[in-house]
Amino acid sequence: MALPYYVSPEQMMADKAEYAKKGIAKGRSIVAMEHADGILLVADNPSASLHKISEMYDRIAFAGAGKYNEYEILRKAGIRHADLKGYMYSREDVTAKSLANAYSQTIGSIFSTDPKPLEVEILVVEVGEGEKPNEIYRISYDGSIIDERGVAVVGGKSENLLTFFKGRSTASSMPLADALKLSVEALDSVTNQKLAPEGLEVAVLERGRQGRTFRRIASSELRTLLSS
Amino acid sequence: MAGDRQATEGFQVSSRRIDKVFRTDQHSAIAIAGAAGPAIELARLFQIELEHYEKLEGDILSCEGKANKLAQMVRSNLPMAFQGLVVVPIFGGYDLKRREGRIFKYDVTGGRYEEIEYYAVGSGGKDARDTMKLRYRRDLPDTDALKIAVEALYNAAEEDVGTGGPDLIRGIYPTVKMITEEGVRDLEESQIAEACRALIASRREKA
Repeated sequence: MALPYYVSPEQMMADKAEYAKKGIAKGRSIVAMEHADGILLVADNPSASLHKISEMYDRIAFAGAGKYNEYEILRKAGIRHADLKGYMYSREDVTAKSLANAYSQTIGSIFSTDPKPLEVEILVVEVGEGEKPNEIYRISYDGSIIDERGVAVVGGKSENLLTFFKGRSTASSMPLADALKLSVEALDSVTNQKLAPEGLEVAVLERGRQGRTFRRIASSELRTLLSS
Repeated sequence: MAGDRQATEGFQVSSRRIDKVFRTDQHSAIAIAGAAGPAIELARLFQIELEHYEKLEGDILSCEGKANKLAQMVRSNLPMAFQGLVVVPIFGGYDLKRREGRIFKYDVTGGRYEEIEYYAVGSGGKDARDTMKLRYRRDLPDTDALKIAVEALYNAAEEDVGTGGPDLIRGIYPTVKMITEEGVRDLEESQIAEACRALIASRREKA
């Protein structure tokens, strides 16, 4: 009889983490940035139909980096969670905090029990109503959840992006066009190329709007904003 | 799309100001008739279903798709309908592909029938339809459509005990929504009130 060989838990977790990190490093990046009128999400995404950014609820959006099929499952589960909660209770009871918690639980338990961890890193953002502050949650491949301020980045080039933003002021009072220019400049610098508007997926959560605040910014509008 | 504001409980008025017309998404709305509880629930669930589909798929359902979805939902209410809790909606939507407005009516079994021109349901539905039959033209401007809708509801309220007329004392007027290529728009209450007052004034002249 073959003896099952022993692997220490530390070793197993380290291997899984390394595997997940490698997977995520291959993917493209996403930037989320607070600005004067809400939250901006910019993804380096050459596809016009396979989205990395999505509407989740009235004031909540989702962004996923890493393996498409994996974050797509998470995205759909999140929308189901949000819509069900809004239907059962009330629309105002759907919060990014509860969604981020649910994601953290799911991703964390997959990381510790399944043989293969999820190769994803996601953002759940909520724009505040009136004077309430925004919320940005980053959830990592192991289920760890980080409450971010101002700017958050996920995906392959996130380390480089953070270095880029460290040297610059990212005041949450800047107008949309400035936040957009800065985000695109950051993605340009880490990918060492000039990203065309068609190669970007951009969306905003607009603070001042009622009801569904999520809006995609098409490449024509993007071009005007970038050249303003 | 327009609806009166009265809910009836047996021979009594249970509410003077409920809404029977609901926006369901950017380009559609439903109007409900029948048992208020299940009907309002149907409208709410239908609205959530459309939004849910849109978010999951990243695309909006076609006008036809929405109408069929509603048919399934009405059909699933059939056991309740046998118990007397009937729900019959009208679905109105702007078809972005065909670039025209469309009207669908339903029966209790979930049968879905497309109507052209106009339709009305509910206890006073027939009276409202009779008015529209006489007044309807193909090329109606917005303001005339509002006039006809208000008059249809007024006549229904005169003939049918289940339909409420405009309440000038409390300031309760019909709900009116306009569905166009630009989206669903709630008409200003002042505009609806003005149409009601004009109608009543013209009736008074005749009397």
